[in-house]
Amino acid sequence: MPLVHLLRTGEGFVPPSTNDFNLPPVIAGNEYTTKPILLVFLSVLLISVFFIMASRKAAIVPSKLQFAGESIYGFVRNDLARDNIGHDFMRFVPYLFTLFTFILTNNIFGIVPLLQFPAMSHVSFPYVLAIFTFITFHYIGIRKQGIRKYMKDIMFMPGVPKAAYILLTPLELATFFIVRPLTLSLRLFANMFAGHLLLLVFILGGDHLLKGVIGLKLISPFAFAFGIGLTFFEFMVQCLQAYIFTLLTALYIAGALADEH
Amino acid sequence: MHVINLAAENANPLIPHTAELIVGAIAFTLLFLVLRSKVVPMFEKAFTARTEAIQGGIERAEKAQLEAQRALAQYNEQLSKAREESQTLREEARAQGVAIIEELRAKAQEEAARITASAHASIEAERQQAITSLRNEVGTIAIELASKIVGEALDDQARQSRVVDRFLDDLEKSK
Repeated sequence: MPLVHLLRTGEGFVPPSTNDFNLPPVIAGNEYTTKPILLVFLSVLLISVFFIMASRKAAIVPSKLQFAGESIYGFVRNDLARDNIGHDFMRFVPYLFTLFTFILTNNIFGIVPLLQFPAMSHVSFPYVLAIFTFITFHYIGIRKQGIRKYMKDIMFMPGVPKAAYILLTPLELATFFIVRPLTLSLRLFANMFAGHLLLLVFILGGDHLLKGVIGLKLISPFAFAFGIGLTFFEFMVQCLQAYIFTLLTALYIAGALADEH
Repeated sequence: MHVINLAAENANPLIPHTAELIVGAIAFTLLFLVLRSKVVPMFEKAFTARTEAIQGGIERAEKAQLEAQRALAQYNEQLSKAREESQTLREEARAQGVAIIEELRAKAQEEAARITASAHASIEAERQQAITSLRNEVGTIAIELASKIVGEALDDQARQSRVVDRFLDDLEKSK
Protein backbone atom coordinates (compact mmCIF):
# COMPACT_ATOMS: atom_id res chain seq x y z
CA MET A 1 0.00 0.00 0.00
CA PRO A 2 1.47 3.38 -0.94
CA LEU A 3 2.34 5.72 1.90
CA VAL A 4 0.22 8.52 0.53
CA HIS A 5 -2.75 6.26 0.49
CA LEU A 6 -2.16 5.30 4.08
CA LEU A 7 -2.02 8.91 5.20
CA ARG A 8 -5.06 9.90 3.24
CA THR A 9 -7.33 7.29 4.68
CA GLY A 10 -8.55 6.40 8.09
CA GLU A 11 -7.77 8.43 11.21
CA GLY A 12 -4.26 9.42 10.14
CA PHE A 13 -3.11 13.00 9.58
CA VAL A 14 -4.02 14.39 6.18
CA PRO A 15 -1.20 16.69 5.10
CA PRO A 16 -2.31 19.85 3.32
CA SER A 17 -2.00 19.52 -0.43
CA THR A 18 -2.69 21.56 -3.53
CA ASN A 19 -6.30 20.56 -3.14
CA ASP A 20 -6.54 22.86 -0.16
CA PHE A 21 -6.17 25.71 -2.62
CA ASN A 22 -9.20 24.64 -4.63
CA LEU A 23 -12.06 25.53 -2.40
CA PRO A 24 -15.58 24.95 -3.61
CA PRO A 25 -17.48 28.01 -4.88
CA VAL A 26 -19.58 29.89 -2.35
CA ILE A 27 -22.58 29.52 -4.63
CA ALA A 28 -22.49 25.90 -5.70
CA GLY A 29 -21.80 25.41 -9.38
CA ASN A 30 -20.86 29.06 -10.04
CA GLU A 31 -17.13 29.17 -10.59
CA TYR A 32 -17.13 32.99 -10.34
CA THR A 33 -17.92 32.82 -6.64
CA THR A 34 -14.81 31.04 -5.38
CA LYS A 35 -12.94 32.47 -2.42
CA PRO A 36 -9.99 33.93 -4.37
CA ILE A 37 -12.28 35.67 -6.85
CA LEU A 38 -14.36 37.21 -4.09
CA LEU A 39 -11.18 38.26 -2.31
CA VAL A 40 -9.85 39.94 -5.46
CA PHE A 41 -13.05 41.96 -5.76
CA LEU A 42 -12.88 42.78 -2.07
CA SER A 43 -9.31 44.00 -2.49
CA VAL A 44 -10.31 46.27 -5.38
CA LEU A 45 -13.09 47.71 -3.26
CA LEU A 46 -10.91 48.20 -0.17
CA ILE A 47 -8.01 49.78 -2.09
CA SER A 48 -10.33 52.12 -4.01
CA VAL A 49 -12.20 53.24 -0.92
CA PHE A 50 -9.06 53.68 1.17
CA PHE A 51 -7.17 55.73 -1.39
CA ILE A 52 -10.13 57.80 -2.49
CA MET A 53 -10.76 58.71 1.15
CA ALA A 54 -7.09 59.41 1.72
CA SER A 55 -6.60 61.56 -1.37
CA ARG A 56 -9.97 63.31 -1.48
CA LYS A 57 -8.88 66.47 0.33
CA ALA A 58 -5.36 66.69 -1.09
CA ALA A 59 -4.45 69.09 1.71
CA ILE A 60 -1.06 70.72 2.05
CA VAL A 61 -0.97 69.68 5.68
CA PRO A 62 -2.17 66.05 5.50
CA SER A 63 -4.45 64.28 7.93
CA LYS A 64 -3.34 60.92 9.35
CA LEU A 65 -5.32 59.09 6.68
CA GLN A 66 -3.94 61.22 3.88
CA PHE A 67 -0.44 60.79 5.25
CA ALA A 68 -0.82 57.01 5.29
CA GLY A 69 -2.08 57.00 1.70
CA GLU A 70 0.60 59.43 0.60
CA SER A 71 3.32 57.34 2.18
CA ILE A 72 2.37 54.30 0.11
CA TYR A 73 1.81 56.36 -3.02
CA GLY A 74 5.04 58.30 -2.47
CA PHE A 75 6.97 55.06 -2.02
CA VAL A 76 5.79 53.70 -5.37
CA ARG A 77 6.09 57.07 -7.09
CA ASN A 78 9.54 58.07 -5.85
CA ASP A 79 11.40 54.94 -4.84
CA LEU A 80 10.08 52.59 -7.50
CA ALA A 81 9.04 54.74 -10.48
CA ARG A 82 11.18 57.87 -10.34
CA ASP A 83 14.42 56.30 -9.17
CA ASN A 84 14.30 53.54 -11.77
CA ILE A 85 12.58 55.04 -14.78
CA GLY A 86 13.87 58.62 -14.65
CA HIS A 87 12.45 61.77 -16.12
CA ASP A 88 9.40 60.30 -17.90
CA PHE A 89 8.27 58.27 -14.90
CA MET A 90 4.90 59.97 -14.23
CA ARG A 91 3.26 58.12 -17.16
CA PHE A 92 3.82 54.78 -15.42
CA VAL A 93 3.01 55.74 -11.85
CA PRO A 94 -0.70 54.82 -12.06
CA TYR A 95 0.13 51.36 -13.40
CA LEU A 96 2.91 50.67 -10.89
CA PHE A 97 0.79 52.04 -8.06
CA THR A 98 -2.12 49.76 -9.01
CA LEU A 99 0.22 46.81 -9.33
CA PHE A 100 1.80 47.36 -5.93
CA THR A 101 -1.39 47.97 -3.97
CA PHE A 102 -3.24 45.15 -5.73
CA ILE A 103 -0.56 42.54 -5.08
CA LEU A 104 0.17 43.76 -1.56
CA THR A 105 -3.46 43.71 -0.48
CA ASN A 106 -4.17 40.31 -1.95
CA ASN A 107 -1.00 38.90 -0.43
CA ILE A 108 -1.80 40.28 2.99
CA PHE A 109 -5.25 38.70 2.79
CA GLY A 110 -3.29 35.48 3.36
CA ILE A 111 -2.76 36.33 7.02
CA VAL A 112 -5.84 38.43 7.74
CA PRO A 113 -8.05 36.44 10.13
CA LEU A 114 -11.22 35.04 8.54
CA LEU A 115 -10.04 35.87 5.00
CA GLN A 116 -6.75 33.95 5.31
CA PHE A 117 -6.19 33.20 1.70
CA PRO A 118 -3.67 34.81 -0.65
CA ALA A 119 -5.35 35.16 -4.02
CA MET A 120 -1.92 35.24 -5.64
CA SER A 121 -1.46 31.59 -4.71
CA HIS A 122 -3.79 30.95 -7.61
CA VAL A 123 -1.48 31.20 -10.56
CA SER A 124 -4.11 32.82 -12.81
CA PHE A 125 -3.78 36.19 -11.08
CA PRO A 126 0.02 36.42 -11.31
CA TYR A 127 -0.31 35.32 -14.95
CA VAL A 128 -2.69 38.19 -15.65
CA LEU A 129 -0.42 40.71 -13.98
CA ALA A 130 2.65 39.40 -15.77
CA ILE A 131 0.82 39.62 -19.09
CA PHE A 132 -0.07 43.26 -18.38
CA THR A 133 3.54 44.04 -17.54
CA PHE A 134 4.72 42.08 -20.58
CA ILE A 135 2.42 44.03 -22.90
CA THR A 136 3.29 47.34 -21.23
CA PHE A 137 7.04 47.18 -21.51
CA HIS A 138 7.09 45.75 -25.04
CA TYR A 139 4.52 48.27 -26.19
CA ILE A 140 6.37 51.31 -24.88
CA GLY A 141 9.69 49.92 -26.17
CA ILE A 142 8.27 49.48 -29.65
CA ARG A 143 6.55 52.86 -29.59
CA LYS A 144 9.69 54.61 -28.39
CA GLN A 145 12.19 53.01 -30.77
CA GLY A 146 10.14 51.48 -33.56
CA ILE A 147 9.67 47.74 -33.93
CA ARG A 148 12.79 47.21 -36.07
CA LYS A 149 15.25 48.93 -33.78
CA TYR A 150 13.59 47.45 -30.70
CA MET A 151 13.89 43.90 -32.02
CA LYS A 152 17.38 44.54 -33.31
CA ASP A 153 18.51 45.76 -29.92
CA ILE A 154 17.10 42.65 -28.26
CA MET A 155 18.46 40.16 -30.78
CA PHE A 156 21.78 41.76 -31.54
CA MET A 157 23.09 43.33 -28.41
CA PRO A 158 25.47 46.11 -29.49
CA GLY A 159 29.15 45.94 -28.56
CA VAL A 160 29.42 42.14 -28.71
CA PRO A 161 31.58 40.07 -31.10
CA LYS A 162 29.53 38.64 -33.98
CA ALA A 163 30.24 35.02 -33.06
CA ALA A 164 28.64 35.54 -29.67
CA TYR A 165 25.27 36.13 -31.32
CA ILE A 166 24.93 32.39 -31.88
CA LEU A 167 24.61 32.08 -28.15
CA LEU A 168 23.25 35.49 -27.20
CA THR A 169 20.40 35.93 -29.67
CA PRO A 170 18.33 32.92 -28.55
CA LEU A 171 19.11 33.70 -24.92
CA GLU A 172 18.04 37.32 -25.24
CA LEU A 173 14.87 36.38 -27.13
CA ALA A 174 14.02 33.84 -24.48
CA THR A 175 14.74 36.36 -21.73
CA PHE A 176 12.52 39.06 -23.13
CA PHE A 177 9.59 36.95 -24.31
CA ILE A 178 9.50 33.89 -22.06
CA VAL A 179 11.67 34.13 -18.98
CA ARG A 180 10.64 37.59 -17.87
CA PRO A 181 6.86 37.12 -17.76
CA LEU A 182 7.21 33.55 -16.53
CA THR A 183 9.57 34.30 -13.64
CA LEU A 184 7.59 37.38 -12.74
CA SER A 185 4.37 35.42 -12.32
CA LEU A 186 5.84 32.20 -10.96
CA ARG A 187 7.94 33.94 -8.32
CA LEU A 188 4.89 35.64 -6.91
CA PHE A 189 2.70 32.56 -7.24
CA ALA A 190 5.22 30.16 -5.73
CA ASN A 191 5.99 32.37 -2.77
CA MET A 192 2.34 32.81 -1.89
CA PHE A 193 1.58 29.18 -2.56
CA ALA A 194 4.45 27.86 -0.46
CA GLY A 195 3.83 30.34 2.31
CA HIS A 196 0.21 29.39 2.60
CA LEU A 197 1.06 25.70 2.51
CA LEU A 198 3.62 26.19 5.25
CA LEU A 199 1.11 27.93 7.48
CA LEU A 200 -1.40 25.16 6.81
CA VAL A 201 1.12 22.50 7.77
CA PHE A 202 1.86 24.04 11.14
CA ILE A 203 -1.64 25.10 12.06
CA LEU A 204 -3.43 21.96 10.86
CA GLY A 205 -0.58 19.93 12.30
CA GLY A 206 -0.90 21.62 15.67
CA ASP A 207 -4.62 21.01 15.55
CA HIS A 208 -4.08 17.35 14.75
CA LEU A 209 -1.52 16.91 17.51
CA LEU A 210 -4.07 18.26 19.98
CA LYS A 211 -6.30 15.30 19.20
CA GLY A 212 -3.52 12.80 19.83
CA VAL A 213 -2.24 11.16 22.97
CA ILE A 214 -1.03 13.27 25.93
CA GLY A 215 2.57 13.38 24.69
CA LEU A 216 1.51 14.76 21.37
CA LYS A 217 -0.82 17.28 23.05
CA LEU A 218 2.23 18.79 24.76
CA ILE A 219 3.99 19.28 21.45
CA SER A 220 0.99 20.93 19.88
CA PRO A 221 1.61 24.46 21.32
CA PHE A 222 5.04 24.49 19.69
CA ALA A 223 3.48 23.82 16.33
CA PHE A 224 1.04 26.67 16.86
CA ALA A 225 3.81 28.98 18.08
CA PHE A 226 5.81 28.17 14.99
CA GLY A 227 2.73 28.82 12.89
CA ILE A 228 2.37 32.26 14.48
CA GLY A 229 6.06 33.00 13.98
CA LEU A 230 5.74 31.98 10.37
CA THR A 231 2.77 34.31 10.01
CA PHE A 232 5.05 37.25 10.74
CA PHE A 233 7.60 35.84 8.35
CA GLU A 234 4.86 35.49 5.77
CA PHE A 235 3.91 39.12 6.23
CA MET A 236 7.45 40.08 5.32
CA VAL A 237 7.44 37.81 2.29
CA GLN A 238 4.07 39.19 1.17
CA CYS A 239 5.34 42.77 1.27
CA LEU A 240 8.61 41.78 -0.36
CA GLN A 241 6.89 39.98 -3.23
CA ALA A 242 4.64 42.95 -3.95
CA TYR A 243 7.75 45.14 -3.93
CA ILE A 244 9.76 42.83 -6.19
CA PHE A 245 6.99 42.47 -8.76
CA THR A 246 6.57 46.25 -8.98
CA LEU A 247 10.30 46.91 -8.94
CA LEU A 248 10.96 44.45 -11.78
CA THR A 249 8.13 45.96 -13.81
CA ALA A 250 9.67 49.40 -13.31
CA LEU A 251 13.07 48.07 -14.34
CA TYR A 252 11.66 46.42 -17.48
CA ILE A 253 9.93 49.67 -18.41
CA ALA A 254 13.16 51.57 -17.80
CA GLY A 255 15.01 49.07 -19.99
CA ALA A 256 12.50 49.45 -22.80
CA LEU A 257 12.76 53.25 -22.62
CA ALA A 258 16.56 53.24 -22.59
CA ASP A 259 18.30 53.50 -25.94
CA GLU A 260 20.38 50.38 -25.48
CA HIS A 261 19.67 47.30 -23.45
CA MET B 1 -8.64 3.13 -6.34
CA HIS B 2 -8.07 5.85 -3.85
CA VAL B 3 -4.67 6.66 -5.28
CA ILE B 4 -6.11 7.19 -8.71
CA ASN B 5 -8.72 9.52 -7.29
CA LEU B 6 -6.01 11.43 -5.49
CA ALA B 7 -4.08 11.95 -8.69
CA ALA B 8 -7.17 13.25 -10.41
CA GLU B 9 -7.92 15.62 -7.55
CA ASN B 10 -4.41 17.01 -7.46
CA ALA B 11 -4.88 19.48 -10.25
CA ASN B 12 -1.70 21.06 -11.56
CA PRO B 13 -1.46 24.40 -9.74
CA LEU B 14 0.32 25.94 -12.73
CA ILE B 15 -2.72 25.62 -14.97
CA PRO B 16 -4.77 28.81 -14.79
CA HIS B 17 -8.55 28.89 -14.41
CA THR B 18 -10.39 30.76 -17.11
CA ALA B 19 -12.75 32.40 -14.63
CA GLU B 20 -9.86 33.66 -12.55
CA LEU B 21 -8.04 35.01 -15.58
CA ILE B 22 -11.11 37.00 -16.60
CA VAL B 23 -11.82 38.21 -13.09
CA GLY B 24 -8.16 39.09 -12.50
CA ALA B 25 -8.00 41.16 -15.68
CA ILE B 26 -11.29 42.94 -15.00
CA ALA B 27 -10.55 43.59 -11.33
CA PHE B 28 -7.08 44.88 -12.04
CA THR B 29 -8.26 47.12 -14.89
CA LEU B 30 -11.04 48.46 -12.70
CA LEU B 31 -8.62 49.27 -9.90
CA PHE B 32 -6.21 50.82 -12.39
CA LEU B 33 -8.92 53.11 -13.79
CA VAL B 34 -10.09 54.16 -10.33
CA LEU B 35 -6.60 54.88 -9.02
CA ARG B 36 -5.54 56.67 -12.21
CA SER B 37 -8.57 58.94 -12.41
CA LYS B 38 -9.36 59.55 -8.74
CA VAL B 39 -6.29 58.97 -6.60
CA VAL B 40 -3.10 59.75 -8.53
CA PRO B 41 -4.19 63.25 -9.68
CA MET B 42 -5.24 64.18 -6.14
CA PHE B 43 -1.98 63.03 -4.60
CA GLU B 44 -0.05 64.83 -7.32
CA LYS B 45 -2.09 67.94 -6.63
CA ALA B 46 -1.23 67.72 -2.93
CA PHE B 47 2.46 67.19 -3.73
CA THR B 48 2.53 70.15 -6.12
CA ALA B 49 0.67 72.39 -3.69
CA ARG B 50 3.04 71.42 -0.90
CA THR B 51 6.13 72.02 -3.02
CA GLU B 52 4.77 75.37 -4.09
CA ALA B 53 3.87 76.32 -0.54
CA ILE B 54 7.36 75.51 0.70
CA GLN B 55 9.07 77.14 -2.25
CA GLY B 56 6.78 80.17 -2.07
CA GLY B 57 7.54 80.53 1.64
CA ILE B 58 11.26 80.41 1.04
CA GLU B 59 11.00 82.90 -1.80
CA ARG B 60 8.86 85.25 0.28
CA ALA B 61 11.33 85.07 3.16
CA GLU B 62 14.22 85.76 0.79
CA LYS B 63 12.39 88.69 -0.72
CA ALA B 64 11.60 90.10 2.73
CA GLN B 65 15.21 89.76 3.78
CA LEU B 66 16.38 91.47 0.62
CA GLU B 67 13.88 94.25 1.21
CA ALA B 68 15.06 94.68 4.79
CA GLN B 69 18.68 94.81 3.69
CA ARG B 70 17.87 97.39 1.07
CA ALA B 71 15.98 99.49 3.62
CA LEU B 72 18.87 99.24 6.06
CA ALA B 73 21.35 100.33 3.40
CA GLN B 74 19.06 103.19 2.47
CA TYR B 75 18.74 104.34 6.08
CA ASN B 76 22.47 104.13 6.59
CA GLU B 77 23.04 106.14 3.46
CA GLN B 78 20.50 108.72 4.51
CA LEU B 79 22.05 108.93 7.95
CA SER B 80 25.55 109.45 6.63
CA LYS B 81 24.24 112.00 4.15
CA ALA B 82 22.51 113.87 6.96
CA ARG B 83 25.69 113.81 9.02
CA GLU B 84 27.67 115.14 6.10
CA GLU B 85 25.11 117.81 5.51
CA SER B 86 25.12 118.95 9.11
CA GLN B 87 28.92 119.04 9.01
CA THR B 88 28.84 121.20 5.91
CA LEU B 89 26.23 123.46 7.42
CA ARG B 90 28.26 123.92 10.57
CA GLU B 91 31.34 124.78 8.62
CA GLU B 92 29.44 127.14 6.41
CA ALA B 93 27.92 128.84 9.44
CA ARG B 94 31.31 129.24 11.00
CA ALA B 95 32.75 130.67 7.81
CA GLN B 96 29.80 132.97 7.46
CA GLY B 97 30.21 134.17 11.04
CA VAL B 98 33.84 134.96 10.43
CA ALA B 99 32.95 136.77 7.22
CA ILE B 100 30.24 138.78 8.96
CA ILE B 101 32.59 139.85 11.72
CA GLU B 102 35.22 140.84 9.14
CA GLU B 103 32.73 142.79 7.16
CA LEU B 104 31.39 144.57 10.21
CA ARG B 105 34.86 145.44 11.32
CA ALA B 106 35.75 146.81 7.89
CA LYS B 107 32.54 148.79 7.79
CA ALA B 108 33.17 150.22 11.24
CA GLN B 109 36.70 151.22 10.29
CA GLU B 110 35.46 152.79 7.11
CA GLU B 111 32.77 154.65 9.06
CA ALA B 112 35.29 155.81 11.55
CA ALA B 113 37.58 157.01 8.79
CA ARG B 114 34.72 158.80 7.09
CA ILE B 115 33.63 160.50 10.29
CA THR B 116 37.20 161.54 10.96
CA ALA B 117 37.59 162.88 7.44
CA SER B 118 34.33 164.83 7.54
CA ALA B 119 35.27 166.24 10.94
CA HIS B 120 38.60 167.39 9.52
CA ALA B 121 36.88 168.96 6.55
CA SER B 122 34.33 170.80 8.63
CA ILE B 123 37.02 172.03 11.01
CA GLU B 124 39.06 173.26 8.07
CA ALA B 125 36.06 174.98 6.54
CA GLU B 126 35.17 176.63 9.79
CA ARG B 127 38.76 177.74 10.24
CA GLN B 128 38.80 179.23 6.76
CA GLN B 129 35.51 180.92 7.43
CA ALA B 130 36.80 182.22 10.72
CA ILE B 131 39.97 183.47 9.06
CA THR B 132 38.01 185.25 6.33
CA SER B 133 35.51 186.79 8.67
CA LEU B 134 38.24 187.67 11.09
CA ARG B 135 40.24 189.28 8.37
CA ASN B 136 37.25 191.37 7.26
CA GLU B 137 36.25 192.33 10.71
CA VAL B 138 39.79 193.07 11.85
CA GLY B 139 40.26 195.17 8.72
CA THR B 140 37.10 197.16 9.31
CA ILE B 141 37.85 197.67 12.94
CA ALA B 142 41.44 198.58 12.24
CA ILE B 143 40.48 201.03 9.55
CA GLU B 144 37.82 202.55 11.71
CA LEU B 145 40.35 202.79 14.45
CA ALA B 146 43.01 204.20 12.18
CA SER B 147 40.72 206.72 10.61
CA LYS B 148 39.64 207.81 13.94
CA ILE B 149 43.20 208.04 15.01
CA VAL B 150 44.60 209.54 11.87
CA GLY B 151 41.53 211.47 11.06
CA GLU B 152 42.10 210.73 7.59
CA ALA B 153 39.24 209.81 5.49
CA LEU B 154 39.93 206.75 3.75
CA ASP B 155 36.99 206.60 1.51
CA ASP B 156 38.75 205.47 -1.47
CA GLN B 157 38.22 201.75 -1.70
CA ALA B 158 41.52 201.01 -3.28
CA ARG B 159 43.48 202.85 -0.85
CA GLN B 160 41.53 201.45 1.99
CA SER B 161 42.28 197.84 1.10
CA ARG B 162 45.90 198.65 0.36
CA VAL B 163 46.27 200.08 3.80
CA VAL B 164 44.61 197.11 5.40
CA ASP B 165 46.77 194.64 3.54
CA ARG B 166 49.88 196.46 4.43
CA PHE B 167 48.81 196.51 8.02
CA LEU B 168 48.08 192.84 8.06
CA ASP B 169 51.33 192.00 6.40
CA ASP B 170 53.15 193.97 8.97
CA LEU B 171 51.16 192.17 11.56
CA GLU B 172 52.17 188.84 10.18
CA LYS B 173 55.75 189.85 9.82
CA SER B 174 55.89 190.96 13.39
CA LYS B 175 54.43 187.67 14.49
